[in-house]
Amino acid sequence: MNEILKKKVLNEQVKLMVIDAPLIAKKAQAGQFVVLRVNEKGERIPLTIADYDSGAGTVTIIFQEVGKTTMLLGTLNEGDRLSDFIGPLGKASHFDPDVRKAAVIGGGLGTAIAYPQAKKLHSMGIEVTSIIGFRTKDLIILEDEMRAVSRKLVITTDDGSNGNKGFVTDALKQEIESEGKFDLVIAIGPLVMMKFVSRLTKEYGIKTIVSMNPIMMDGTGMCGVCRVTVGGKTRFACVDGPDFDGHEVDFDEAMRRQTMYKKQEEESCNLFRGIK
Amino acid sequence: MAQRNMDLKKTKMPEQDAVERAGNFGEVALGYTAEMAKNEAMRCLQCKNRPCVAGCPVNVQIPEFIKLIAEGDFTGAYDKIRETNGLPAICGRVCPQEEQCEKFCVRGIKGEPVAIGRLERFCSDYAIACGSRPVARVPSTGHKAAVIGSGPAGLTCAADLAKAGVDVTVFEALHTPGGVLVYGIPEFRLPKSLVQKEIDALSALGVKIETGMVMGRVLTIDDLKEMGYETVFIGTGAGLPSFMHIPGENLNGVYSANEFLTRINLMKGYKFPEYDTPVVRHKKVAVVGGGNVAMDAARCAKRLGAEEVYIVYRRSEAEMPARAEEIEHAKEEGIIFKFLVNPTAILGDENGYVRGMTLQKMELGEPDGSGRRRPVPVAGSEYDIELDAAVIAIGTSPNPLMREATPGLETQKWGGIIIDEATGATSVEGVYAGGDAVSGAATVILAMGAGKTAAKAMIEYMNRQG
Repeated sequence: MNEILKKKVLNEQVKLMVIDAPLIAKKAQAGQFVVLRVNEKGERIPLTIADYDSGAGTVTIIFQEVGKTTMLLGTLNEGDRLSDFIGPLGKASHFDPDVRKAAVIGGGLGTAIAYPQAKKLHSMGIEVTSIIGFRTKDLIILEDEMRAVSRKLVITTDDGSNGNKGFVTDALKQEIESEGKFDLVIAIGPLVMMKFVSRLTKEYGIKTIVSMNPIMMDGTGMCGVCRVTVGGKTRFACVDGPDFDGHEVDFDEAMRRQTMYKKQEEESCNLFRGIK
Repeated sequence: MAQRNMDLKKTKMPEQDAVERAGNFGEVALGYTAEMAKNEAMRCLQCKNRPCVAGCPVNVQIPEFIKLIAEGDFTGAYDKIRETNGLPAICGRVCPQEEQCEKFCVRGIKGEPVAIGRLERFCSDYAIACGSRPVARVPSTGHKAAVIGSGPAGLTCAADLAKAGVDVTVFEALHTPGGVLVYGIPEFRLPKSLVQKEIDALSALGVKIETGMVMGRVLTIDDLKEMGYETVFIGTGAGLPSFMHIPGENLNGVYSANEFLTRINLMKGYKFPEYDTPVVRHKKVAVVGGGNVAMDAARCAKRLGAEEVYIVYRRSEAEMPARAEEIEHAKEEGIIFKFLVNPTAILGDENGYVRGMTLQKMELGEPDGSGRRRPVPVAGSEYDIELDAAVIAIGTSPNPLMREATPGLETQKWGGIIIDEATGATSVEGVYAGGDAVSGAATVILAMGAGKTAAKAMIEYMNRQG
C-alpha cells in the first residue's frame, strides 16, 4: 500500500502519480480528496483525487510543486512509498441528472480536479463544454483527457502563447453568448478565478459549483482550519465540501485565509531548497 | 510491615519549576521516587469496604496494588492494576482522581486522601522503565472483532477483547494511534512516548492497529461484517469542534482548540521547521473556555513564547470544569484568568488578522440545568482587549462520519450515539459504542469504563452467535 506505481511529469511544475491504494480506489468518487503525508516529520496535505481505478486498486494524484511538501513529494520516484495516504475524504460531487448542458472550467492545476468532474458528467450523458486556462502554453495539462470527455474544449492562455489569449471567464462569456445558457457550471482553479467565474454566472443566473481547497490538517472534520463562509454560514470544506455553491461562497475571506501560514511556508521552502 | 503513615497531607510529588517549564514541553510533574511512593502507600488504611474501588470506572483493585507498593513489589503493583486497567501510566496522569477513587478515600475525611493517582503513575513508570516483560497471549477463540477509534475507549475495549482470545483489529483515522491522548493532551501532561509504550503493550497482546483508516468513508460497518468481523465497537470520540458563531471567528489567528492542540501535539508543530506542520508563535493569546482543554491550549500558547495568555471564562472560578490541579498549574505558569466575561466579537485588522476581542461582563444568576449558576450578560459592559490570536475551547461534539455512513444507527439530536447503558449496544445488531462518541466530551477513564462494558457484551454476543 501507498507505493508510487507510476510517476509522470506533466509540466515543469506539475507531476502526476499513480498510488497503490486499493481500499480508497474502491470507494472513491469524483470530487473527493485524499490527505497524504510524505514521511514521519511531514505535514498532512489534501490533494483532490484526479482519477481512480477500482479494478487496478489505484488512485491518481496530480500536484503542483508550490510548497515544501509538494516539492519533496516531487522528488520521490516509482517504487517509493508514502508514509500515509488517507481517504477518500469529503463529499462526492452530486450532479442533477436533469442537467443537459454543462460547462467545466479548469484553471491551471485546477484542470486536474476538473477532469474527473467532466468525466463524470460525460458518463451521465451530459453535454460538456470544457474551458481550461493556463498562464502559458508550456503549462497546459490534460488536453487529450479533457478533449475525450468534452463535446467542445477551449484552451486559453494568459499570454496568448497557444494562440488563444484571454482568461477562462472571457471564453465562458463567449460560449454562453454564442451557444446559449448552460444548466450548470463547474469551476475549479485559483480562488480568484472561481470568484470571477461565479460573478459572471450569477449575472446569467447559471447554477455554479466550485471546489474549495483551503488549508486543511486532519481532513476529517476535527480541526476546522478549512472553514469557509457559504451563504453567511461557516462550513468545513473537508466534511461539508469541498464542493459549494459558487454564488454563496465568501471568496475574499477564503483568499485571506489561504495566506495564513505564508511566512512559515516560505521559511520551510527556503530551508528545503537550501538542503537540496 | 512498617508503621502506617498518619500524615494528613499527601506526599508531595516533585514538579518542574513553573518559570522553567513554561518555556519547554517537558513533563510538568516528575513523579515519585520509590521512597516517596512507599511513604505514600503507607497512608492507605487498607479498609475492608474499599470505597475507593467503587469510585473507579474500571474497578482497579486499589488497596491491593497500594499494599504491593508498600511492600516494595512495584511491578507486582503494576500487574495488579493492569488486571482491570489497560492504560495505567496514562490514568495515573490524566484521571480526575479527586472526583473518583480519591473522593471516596477514608483518609480524605480528615486531611487529604491517599494519592492513588500518583501511586498508579509511579508503579506504571517503574514497570515501563524496567522494560517489557513477556505477555502470555490468550489462545484464539476464532472470534473476530473490529474497534473503530484508538482513543481510550477503543484501546480499552480492544485490550479486553484480546485478553478473551478475540482476534481484534483497531482502525484509526489519524496516522498515529491514541486518539485524544496523542492529538489533544499535550506532551507536558502526558508524554507521547508513554502512550506509544501502552499501545505497544496492546500489540503484544495480539491487537492489530491500522492507521489512516477513516471509517465510514474507506470502510463501512457492512464492509467489516463482510470481512468477517462479527461485532464492531465504535469509539470515535467527540472530535468536531464547536465555535461561538460571533463576528470575526474566521479571521486569521482564530483556532479551534482541536486545531491548535493537534498542530502542536500530534503534528509536533512546536518543533517547526524540523517538523513540517507550521505553528504561528503569537504574542497575546486568549483562550475561550474553562475546561481542561482550555488549560492545555493556554499552557501550550505560553510554551510557544506568548507574552500574555488569557483564559476567558463566562462564569466564575468556582464553576470552572477544569481540574483544580490544571488550573493551579496554569496560574503558576502565568496564565491570566479573566472570569465572568464572554466574547461578543473577535476584531480584525485591515488584512484580516486578529487584533483583539470584545468582552462583555457577566454576572451569575440562577442555577441552570447543569446545576451551575447561569451567566447573565451585563448590558453596556463591553470592552476590548488586544490580541493576535484566539483559541476557541468551548467544547466538541461527536464526529458525524460514522453515523452518516451507518443506516439505522440511532443518535441523539446533538450527535451522540444512543446505546443501552448496561451493554453499550447500539440500534444496529452487533454494533456497540462507548466513550465520547456516546456521551459527548468527558474523561479518559469514563471512556475506558465504557470500552470495558462493551467488550464484555461483545464477547457474550459472539458466544451467543456461536
